[in-house]
Amino acid sequence: MNTPADLYRKMALIREFEMRIDEMFATGRIRGTTHLSAGQEACAVGACAGLRCDDAVVSNHRGHGHFIATGGDPGAMMAEMMGKQTGYSRGRGGSQHMACFDIGFLGSNGITGGGLPVAVGAALGFKMQKTDRIVLCFFGDGASNQGTFHESLNLAAVWRLPIIFFCENNLYAMSTPMHDATAVENIAERGNAYTIAGEVIDGNDVIAVRDAVAGAAERVRGGSGPALIEAMTYRYLGHSKSDKCEYRTREEEQRWHERDPIKLYAARLRESGELDDGRIARIDAEVKQQVDEAVEFATTSPDPNPDELEGSVFA
Amino acid sequence: MAEVTFWQAIRDALRDEMLRDEKVFVMGEDVGIYGGAYGATRDLWEEFGSERVRDTAISEAAIAGAAVGAAMCGYRPVAEIMYMDFLTIAMDQFVNQGGKNRYMFGGKTTVPMVLRTQGGAGRCIAAQHSQSLEAWFVHAPGVFVVSPSNPYDAKGLLKASIRDDNPVRFFEHKMIYGMKGEVPEEDYVVPLGRANVTHEGDDVTIVIYSMMANLALEAAGILEQDGISAEVIDLRSLKPLDVDTILRSVRKTGRVLLASEGCENNNAVTEVAMRINEHGFDYLDAPMKRICAADVPIPMSPTLEDACIPTAPRIAEAAKELVG
Ligand SMILES: Cc1ncc(C[n+]2csc(CCOP(=O)(O)OP(=O)(O)O)c2C)c(N)n1
Ligand SMILES: [Mg+2]
Repeated sequence: MNTPADLYRKMALIREFEMRIDEMFATGRIRGTTHLSAGQEACAVGACAGLRCDDAVVSNHRGHGHFIATGGDPGAMMAEMMGKQTGYSRGRGGSQHMACFDIGFLGSNGITGGGLPVAVGAALGFKMQKTDRIVLCFFGDGASNQGTFHESLNLAAVWRLPIIFFCENNLYAMSTPMHDATAVENIAERGNAYTIAGEVIDGNDVIAVRDAVAGAAERVRGGSGPALIEAMTYRYLGHSKSDKCEYRTREEEQRWHERDPIKLYAARLRESGELDDGRIARIDAEVKQQVDEAVEFATTSPDPNPDELEGSVFA
Repeated sequence: MAEVTFWQAIRDALRDEMLRDEKVFVMGEDVGIYGGAYGATRDLWEEFGSERVRDTAISEAAIAGAAVGAAMCGYRPVAEIMYMDFLTIAMDQFVNQGGKNRYMFGGKTTVPMVLRTQGGAGRCIAAQHSQSLEAWFVHAPGVFVVSPSNPYDAKGLLKASIRDDNPVRFFEHKMIYGMKGEVPEEDYVVPLGRANVTHEGDDVTIVIYSMMANLALEAAGILEQDGISAEVIDLRSLKPLDVDTILRSVRKTGRVLLASEGCENNNAVTEVAMRINEHGFDYLDAPMKRICAADVPIPMSPTLEDACIPTAPRIAEAAKELVG
């Protein structure tokens, strides 16, 4: 369901989930590392809203939002964050390695650019099965400098595969500004080299993202071959938990906060009368409650049994 | 001597070598203003600028390959791959080009490069950020494999690696960066292929490298309380391998425990065991034993991660069983 209230709710849920994780890392309740997507919610939610529910999504390291937008359960996600047996990967994966094949979420990924060829393979599978399902693959601006990006676009184009390559361009790959490491002005231009039409969109406008993906999905589903969408956005927090963001200015951060995807959409809904302040406040409260429950579920879940360490390596 | 951390020792070695030889330069992902994911290039960009401390795109294959090419044209690049797990992407360039070019081209070129990388488990960051892939590289002809366990060795070995005319895979364990130790300010090298006896003993020889070398010292302490005297040999480089130092110890103790954080199957220490078998079989009083990581992708859960890799008590336990 993708009513305006749903879109708002999903973005708010991602934000609440991410900010809670940030807090839990700071207080040592979650170990390991994490990459949070606060600021990029419109990409995840808009893109998934443009898909059909039997389509598949391939994610990257910054994947919590993608997963929630695809329909991931915050409780099982939080449990996975904490390495619990009730987590999506039974505590084996953690923040960067979650999947739910039942809902077509084919997994987040710790290898930058690692998901792209896998997404191509999934699209190949859909095509060979003669279904009209499609794949959407999330990746970052930085990932487009990996060989896998170029190999994947080429092969997908040659085989006319049903896949949307969805780049979340948040202007940085870790500390590296995009243009210090990328020879083109826009990632979308890179499609030209592979006969794939690329388009640049406002990644902080959830409706613009949804419409762009829905349009591309229709073409791709119809057999036009792959599409490439580049959504301009910004991550609010550090790259991962230990980053102090010395490579960018507080002014730049402030400018992007002024175009906050959630606030933008709320303002639009208020203006059009689709949601009023009371309803928005209620959704915010419900989302907070949902994350509270997720944390409670995760916290009270058992750790994996060390005796089962070697299970499930092989089928 | 000054007390410095492991990351500082790495940084200082890079700095010294860059000052000493203008052909030395550093490149990798976020090695500039960010100072490297684990801080080992901190402040170098400020001192040497973007020409000699190069931030790269996220392109591990090109990073390794560019180091090979620059090395063949007279430079001494030190390329950083952020996590050892990402070396799989750089593998062709490092192994097929870097390791082979000299021999394939009839010995007419040299590839004096260092591929620094951080690896190992212990931070709950799961299967794609925690591996120990030394064995892959020990298997590759034409490359050296170095693995320090403390600040002193880190600085001396990195300097030796940079000055060496061969491609060196330099492995830094993520759990050692904060470790402090005494490091001379004046120039010194720790030669490649020289193991270090870090604890002397008579009953059992424990052969290890990297982070495990520190755990083995802890294990030696535990064993001492049980009246077992362990000799700990920190290999420091896995290739070239210091077989003589190992054999000298085995002759004395007659018992060998090998430990590593790599997966058990085909682990780098199995090669060490084979060398002992070939050259020191007569010294052995008991079959050798090894303790390695389980043959699983490293799990995130702290409980499972801990169960997956050798710990000091488990090393001590294995040594105790060996001594019987
Ligand atoms: C193969 C590989 N190289 C490097 C990394 C370390 N790393 C993780 S995310 C990241 C930056 C990715 O940038 P981008 O693709 O723009 O995504 P963003 O983090 O901005 O969302 C880097 C360098 C990695 N995980 N895998
Ligand atoms: Mg980015």
